[in-house]
Amino acid sequence: MSLKTDLSHTAAGPARGKGSRKHGRANGSGAESQGPKRHTRRRRERIFQWLFLVPAVVYMALFFGYPVVKNLVMSFQDYTTATFFTGEAPWVGFANYVTVLSSSLFSTSLLNTAMFTLGSILGQFLIGLALAIFFQRNFPLNGILRSLLLLPWLLPLIVSSAVWRWILDKDSGALNRFLGDLGIIDTGIPWLTSTSLALIAVIGVNIWIGIPFNLTILYGGLQEIPDELYEAGSLDGATGWKAFRHITWPMLRPVVSVVLVLGVVYTVKVLDIILGLTNGGPANSTQTIATQSYNLSFHEFQFGEGAALGNVLVIISLVFAVLYLRASRRAVDE
Amino acid sequence: MKSTPRTTRPLSLAVASLVGIPLFISGCGSAGTSASSTDSVKEISVVDYYNNEPDKSFIGDALTACGTKAGVTIKRETVPGKSLISKVLQQSSSKTLPDVLMLDNPDLQQIAATGALAPLADFEISTDNFAEGVLSAGTYKDKVYGLAPTVNTIALFYNKDILAKAGIMPPTTWDELKAAAATLTSGDQYGLAFNANPTYEGTWQFLPVMWSNGGDEKKIDTKETEEALQLWTDLVKSGSVSSSALNWTQADVKDQFLAGKAAMMVNGPWQIPSLDKQPALQYGVVKIPVRQAGQTSVAPLGGEVWTVPQTGNKARQAKAAEVVSCLNNDENQLAMAKVRNTIPSKTTLAETFAAENPKLATFTELIKAARARTGQLGEEWPGQATKIYTAIQTALTGNASPADALKQAQGQ
Repeated sequence: MSLKTDLSHTAAGPARGKGSRKHGRANGSGAESQGPKRHTRRRRERIFQWLFLVPAVVYMALFFGYPVVKNLVMSFQDYTTATFFTGEAPWVGFANYVTVLSSSLFSTSLLNTAMFTLGSILGQFLIGLALAIFFQRNFPLNGILRSLLLLPWLLPLIVSSAVWRWILDKDSGALNRFLGDLGIIDTGIPWLTSTSLALIAVIGVNIWIGIPFNLTILYGGLQEIPDELYEAGSLDGATGWKAFRHITWPMLRPVVSVVLVLGVVYTVKVLDIILGLTNGGPANSTQTIATQSYNLSFHEFQFGEGAALGNVLVIISLVFAVLYLRASRRAVDE
Repeated sequence: MKSTPRTTRPLSLAVASLVGIPLFISGCGSAGTSASSTDSVKEISVVDYYNNEPDKSFIGDALTACGTKAGVTIKRETVPGKSLISKVLQQSSSKTLPDVLMLDNPDLQQIAATGALAPLADFEISTDNFAEGVLSAGTYKDKVYGLAPTVNTIALFYNKDILAKAGIMPPTTWDELKAAAATLTSGDQYGLAFNANPTYEGTWQFLPVMWSNGGDEKKIDTKETEEALQLWTDLVKSGSVSSSALNWTQADVKDQFLAGKAAMMVNGPWQIPSLDKQPALQYGVVKIPVRQAGQTSVAPLGGEVWTVPQTGNKARQAKAAEVVSCLNNDENQLAMAKVRNTIPSKTTLAETFAAENPKLATFTELIKAARARTGQLGEEWPGQATKIYTAIQTALTGNASPADALKQAQGQ
């Protein structure tokens, strides 16, 4: 916060100086007699600057600061259902963290979270990029197709997961019916009930949901690349793959880093899709840190432990958020 | 001259918004707490989760009638089942609990433990004649906090036509169940459907076989529970039950049965209305089989209890207690049980009720010996229930033998 206000001060400083200098020049004489007046005006201006900041600061403190601090405090307390009525939550130090981190489920959830995030991001990004490049060409129905691709993004996640749950059902699911009719399989594949397939199926659904985001941002990035570069490149023999490798990719890199980092932050915390598809099962094979934290808090009423696990998730997201800030700053520097 | 109004406007705006935000927020919080206690009570508030028809109207009518009897009007709010507990917690921290609160019975002890509920003995509500399981579900530390007018449980539904065609009698023991399920499995049709999903529902459906065999929810790595889990595992491994059971809900199980894809299913009486909508379907209900003939089939108790929260207003609490007591009288128990396909919770009513409602006779019989999930564990139930469904999932996916799965889960 202090960094931001400092920046705004220095940014406002020279501009103000210039303005008053102009003012002074226009008045010609009497600069000294205006001294104290200018001083009070400056102070008033500064007060106003602060006042303009106040709504934003209040908003941030209320809706971002409070929940984060509350969650942090909660994770060090024995916070149970009784706490809501009595307001008493004994301080337990790091006990909640010890419990959740030493639980045998934690390593499973962490690994699943990593695989889920990595798989989803990779799939979403590659398919999104391929589609973005494809839609760069001019062809009939381009606009309509592109807007249809946004559909997964527009559907409520609970709806999509319910539909996918039916599609992926072992006995009467659409996918198995389709594969069976083609003669590829004899018996239904247990997409959501096999410990080795469930995570893959859930990743697949999440890729489907994430493609529109990647497509939209990457398509926007591609539009920003000037055509002249490709024209000049084609004169030097850079077409097709070479044009992508030497023109598109370097020009797109800032956008790519934004898409990837935001993608990670969005994916790490995915909850509703997993709950809707498998509820973390079978046998915890799709249990992630997010779903486990939700279970602890809202099904087992261990709010302290749930908060502790939630904070682990916040820290993971924070690492990527810092990477994002650094990447975007570097992009500005370039 | 122009500059003066221009500068004061943002200032006043900022000040107004600064003052306004807390005012607005505190305004939201303080609503509803201002009822004075000395006035005669004209209206009481009720929160329950019967937000779907026809239950919504059945319960609503009963509440209105009881309210009229007590001389108050009912201000009722129905919330979706999944959000009831978060609503209750939120209301208990802002001290805006309703006068009458309905809770799912396994949650009662959890909420009673917070001190948010008043013991019903304070209002001299009679607890005579209630089935033992019903009382133990409503009791926390020797005091009764909630009473359920009607309750339910699960049993084995079977498709009469399919069983008759195969020449099979409804099974009564585990061996018979396995044999029948195997014979009834062919092509698209499975012999049996149950739900073993990773939620409390999966645990709930497993409890009958676990309890009937003498399994103990406090310590699950015992021979008795292992045998029960072995039965569930054998049924899935042999293909008599689809492995989709790992992800099914009880509603999915009913759909499989309705579609003729399962010859038998484990389910509860609340599915009867949807089953009856299909007149071609002939079904019967028997108790869930036991390992050896002679063992008693112990069913888990389901249903909702009505409570009187500690609102701090004695006059309103007294009226609320009158309504809760009225909901639980014989007349209302019989009427509500009949229309809602549930069972009256007073054992004295069982005989009359079973005679009048033959479809519910098996369930009525089961309720006499039904056990509450929280009867032994109280507020510890959610943690242990999680262990049970984790063990079920581990064994059914073949990740570990039933014995190892239970040992792992108990140690977690």
